[in-house]
Amino acid sequence: MPAEPVTPDALPLPDVQVSAAREARGRRLPYFSLGIVTLFVLVAILAPLLSPADPADQSLRNRFKPPVWMEGGTAKHLLGTDRLGRDMLSRIIWGSRVSLAAGVITVLIATAFGAAMGLVAGYYGGRVDVVLMRVTDATMSFPVILLALILAVTVGPSFTNVVVAIAVILWARFARVIRGQVLTLMGLDFIAQARIAGAGAWRIITRHLFPNTLNTLVVLLTLQIGYVIIVEASLSFLGAGIPPPTPAWGSMIAEGREFVTSAWWVSGLPGLAILLVVLAFNLLGDWLRDTLDPKLRQL
Amino acid sequence: MIRFVLSRLLQSLVALAILSVVVFVLARATGDPLQLVLPMSATPEDYAEARRYLGLDRPYVEQYLSFVRRAVTGDFGMSIRARRPVAELLQERLPNSLRLAAFAMGITLSIAFPLGVIAAVRKGTGVDRIAQVVAVLGQSLPTFWVSIVLVEVVAGRLQWLPAGGNEAGLASYVLPGFTLGWFVVAGMMRLLRSGMLEVLDSEYVKLARVKGVLERRVVWVHALKNALIPVVTFAGIYFSILVTTAIVVETVFAWPGLGRLAYEGISSRDYPVIQAVVLTTAVIVAVVNLSVDCLYAVIDPRIRHAR
Repeated sequence: MPAEPVTPDALPLPDVQVSAAREARGRRLPYFSLGIVTLFVLVAILAPLLSPADPADQSLRNRFKPPVWMEGGTAKHLLGTDRLGRDMLSRIIWGSRVSLAAGVITVLIATAFGAAMGLVAGYYGGRVDVVLMRVTDATMSFPVILLALILAVTVGPSFTNVVVAIAVILWARFARVIRGQVLTLMGLDFIAQARIAGAGAWRIITRHLFPNTLNTLVVLLTLQIGYVIIVEASLSFLGAGIPPPTPAWGSMIAEGREFVTSAWWVSGLPGLAILLVVLAFNLLGDWLRDTLDPKLRQL
Repeated sequence: MIRFVLSRLLQSLVALAILSVVVFVLARATGDPLQLVLPMSATPEDYAEARRYLGLDRPYVEQYLSFVRRAVTGDFGMSIRARRPVAELLQERLPNSLRLAAFAMGITLSIAFPLGVIAAVRKGTGVDRIAQVVAVLGQSLPTFWVSIVLVEVVAGRLQWLPAGGNEAGLASYVLPGFTLGWFVVAGMMRLLRSGMLEVLDSEYVKLARVKGVLERRVVWVHALKNALIPVVTFAGIYFSILVTTAIVVETVFAWPGLGRLAYEGISSRDYPVIQAVVLTTAVIVAVVNLSVDCLYAVIDPRIRHAR
């Protein structure tokens, strides 16, 4: 007697995907956050075309010109000028490149490494898991800024250092969550069936476990981009991030700090830019989580 | 339970030992500190003399071993910049940081707990929405920017509170404490809310209600106890976020704490200070993590027996 064919219902698909598809249909797209994210991504890519002036062009006669809607503002500098008479709008536009690039690159590196660690720890379990999770915990408890500050004085502040310093710590957050998810998946029948069918470790990890963690990864990735943008800005603010000639939002805020009373826009506007981008990424991440992986717990 | 604690303790010690090597190497890699200390006119002989005086001419392994030997007894050497024992600086700064952290944690708990629980109980109402806004803004506003705005508006224009330092007693804690606490409030509140939502839906909460337990008691005792588990798991991370944020906040508010000491130490390549601050922070973080693990094992027996 031939074995009964396995019906699709008998295969325990992870419930995550089923409910995700169902929920996605009933939900409205988050237009606000999608719009802002798209806007800033476009601005960052098209910076050379969009910026009205050279962000490094100084003009001491035009120092501290207020934005156009305030008294004394000119249409030549829509968002005013800073302490050296540089055009604020152009600097914010170019600054978006730094922030977004730092956010995306750092998170991608951290995701790749963290997911790999999480998959390995969850798949092999036992000693491998214990060791990897201890490393993860130790990494996670090391303050990011301290490492970045040390790197900044060691090798000098640079874009690469910021990315490395944050990624070296951030991967642990991904590893921990993914490992937890893999542990749950390992208990499901489809993994056992794959084993019986003769699949090796590599095949099970890449073909069966990894695809099932994708939803979670996408959610975490989006939520962490905002966090990385904030950390990068904090570092630039402390002088340990992107070095000065390059316009970065954090260092712009630091430069305008002494003049908040007389020229609030020099610090205020870059701060607003950070708020908007990070808010958009966080809202988008929240929406993705509610749609793709409602049970996910994260910071 | 004792075995669990001991194995965790051993793991923490190993982690600290590895970290001390990393810190030692990184601190040595931050360039020559003598360039900052000695005057421009210093001759190569002066450099050699100063190097010998500070023990920087000995082999690295020897420097490391003597560093560890003395660090265990609390002797971190002399600050190259301040020319005072690092231990003295630590004694001055650490309590300030701890007090600020405690104050911030107090603010965090007293906002995050009620807000997280009420948001879950009254899901979808105005309170819930306000809580969501607080959480999202808390995670989207850069701490240093909030600090600047607060210093400018509350301390500058309104003159309600001091702008920096810690001389004005309790009033000087309000701004930095609030800024420091807010970022953590967001995360903790979210976790608590999602945890409560899950627990409130469970069988045993329904049973408690059926039994006629007061609703207030069901929410704040029965449900909250289990919703706390994820919060406790993340406590170690909250703490490291707190430490990270503290460096920024202490720098902006001119708070004479450990975070500011770290910032000063790194910007003047003060090896002994950097080593001491990083190690002290690491020890504190390790102790916090260890206690969290133990607390976790007490709350959730499954952890204790799993290993």
